[in-house]
Amino acid sequence: MTRATLRERLPILITASILALLTLAAGLQFEGFFTLRVLTNLIADNAFLGVVAIGLTFVILTGGIDLSVGSAVGCSSIMAASLVKNAHLHPLLALAIPLLFGIVLGAFHGVLIARYELPPFLVTLAGLFLCRGIALQISQESLQIDSPFFRGLTAWSLTLPAGASLTLPALVLLLVAALAIVAARQSSYGRAVYAIGGNAVSARLMGLPVSRTLVLTYMLSGFCAALGGAVFTLYTSSGNAISGTGLELDAIAAVVIGGTLLSGGYGSPFGTLIGIAILGVVQTAITFQGTLSSWWARILVGALLLAFLLVQKTIESLARRARTA
Amino acid sequence: MRRLPNWSWAGLVLVTILLFNLALTPGFFDLSLRDSRLYGSLVDVLNRAVPVGLLAIGMTLVIATGGVDLSVGAVMAVAGAVAAGLISRPAGTPFAGGSPSPALAAPVALLAALGCGLFNGVLIAVLEFQPIVATLLLMVAGRGIAQLLANGQIVTFTDPGFALLARGASFGLPNPIWIFVAAFAVFGLCLRWTALGLFVEATGSNPVAARYVGIDARAVRLTVYALSGLCAGLAGLLTAADIQAADANNAGLYLELDAILAVSVGGTALTGGRFSLFGSLIGALLMQTLTTTILTRGISPETTLVLKAMIVVAVCLLQAPKFRESVGNRFRRVPA
Repeated sequence: MTRATLRERLPILITASILALLTLAAGLQFEGFFTLRVLTNLIADNAFLGVVAIGLTFVILTGGIDLSVGSAVGCSSIMAASLVKNAHLHPLLALAIPLLFGIVLGAFHGVLIARYELPPFLVTLAGLFLCRGIALQISQESLQIDSPFFRGLTAWSLTLPAGASLTLPALVLLLVAALAIVAARQSSYGRAVYAIGGNAVSARLMGLPVSRTLVLTYMLSGFCAALGGAVFTLYTSSGNAISGTGLELDAIAAVVIGGTLLSGGYGSPFGTLIGIAILGVVQTAITFQGTLSSWWARILVGALLLAFLLVQKTIESLARRARTA
Repeated sequence: MRRLPNWSWAGLVLVTILLFNLALTPGFFDLSLRDSRLYGSLVDVLNRAVPVGLLAIGMTLVIATGGVDLSVGAVMAVAGAVAAGLISRPAGTPFAGGSPSPALAAPVALLAALGCGLFNGVLIAVLEFQPIVATLLLMVAGRGIAQLLANGQIVTFTDPGFALLARGASFGLPNPIWIFVAAFAVFGLCLRWTALGLFVEATGSNPVAARYVGIDARAVRLTVYALSGLCAGLAGLLTAADIQAADANNAGLYLELDAILAVSVGGTALTGGRFSLFGSLIGALLMQTLTTTILTRGISPETTLVLKAMIVVAVCLLQAPKFRESVGNRFRRVPA
């Protein structure tokens, strides 16, 4: 590895070592932390957040932001539940329709942002209100899903050795993560995303389809948010309009902890996956500890975010000094 | 042709909603005087718009420098928790043990909020973090801190003097309205009579040029985030005084978004530069009038969210140069 690529990979290496240290500390502290079962539970428990954060990573890579993802999760979850319960649709169809809704929502964001150059922050803020409003219109109460087929879906899991198993939400996360990592690194779409995040003007001058890529990216994020909602519905076997409140922040935190710069152009879905793992390990460790109150998780996530940003800043300024020297 | 002010679209929508109410909502403009205090939908709109209005004052300055403050909702929760803790000294919280000190509640809570604002300011001005990220930190951790201060409970308290802040009335109008008027006047005068407003606009519209003319952008940024924290603290105090409780989870939840919407609908561009405090006030009033209209007409309150989203998109589109070009609008471009 040459020096340049080492420096390029430093943030992700630091994130990975923070994850390793945290896991090690938790493993030494608590008995039974280092089991396959804890790992698979960790994946399943954070599946919906992971799917959402991976979609968001692409938006952030273009230098944008999507604040609507949290309420899109709530909207998709209540929509699916209500389609099963009130419209008596087949569960698979009921889970698929919200995905379409997510894509349409994302396209709406993307067109406003790419075509009319409205700030992403504001457009997706409107999307946040829109989704939450629609979700609460559908139902304000939590809807339990009790179709036999759906029960089959939630109960199904891929059995692994040592009493561990991968449930459907966990598999969805792993699949989405794999696809995203390949798309970011190998596809022309991925290269366009990085180019736009690096410098949108040069990307346009290079002849890259900037507007199309932006619209596609917000559609991808909308789709991932809705998929996150579907996963959440599977995970809880119910739909709730207020689920996913504040999730956009956890997702942004995961992306940033994962080493993606909010200014765009630098980072990766793989980093986000590590970011999710860090959040998950903190959460799991707090559960294992038992006496710490849940708000410590929020404070710790904030502290981690701060620590990581400081590290990023230091690397940046060191790199700048190295370049000028 | 004289340039239309940036908030004209928001003003137009506000007037439209008011006219709609004049025609279709009986009693919306009724005012009655009881115990030398005015009651009515209009007073209610003003009173309820105060927290968002206060946040919008600070947010306007922050946005004018090209930044954004996502932490204001969490700072409100912190201020509320500090005030409630000092008044009722609940067991299990960091405030337990001492004697109740309602006199200290407001100043200490405001100081805590100012501290939060300064924390944001240091991260952004000195360490040069992106504003979204820096304030996101406190937005995530702030609610945790508020819950820590309240030991995870909703801290209730009874203190007639403190409650008067939000529930009392002077000169016929609820106290929060006067507090807002005072804050608005102080900020407005400081910004227009001193060079602060000019510095803020210069920092936001062109930081490099601002540095060349000798404006200390760091000091300006630090100041606006500190002031935004202070405004959020005041809003948090009023909210806590109103419900006589501090709810770390729900106090000010999503209010940062309302404040940002109020500011941007009011014509201050999110990219920074020119700002209008008055526009933000119109924006805050627009949001609250919409909410109150929906409530008084018996439409389900959830519709507010959908309508808010649509109005924001509509007003932003109308202000967007690209959209105006594409529809061939003959209005003069609003400077970004």
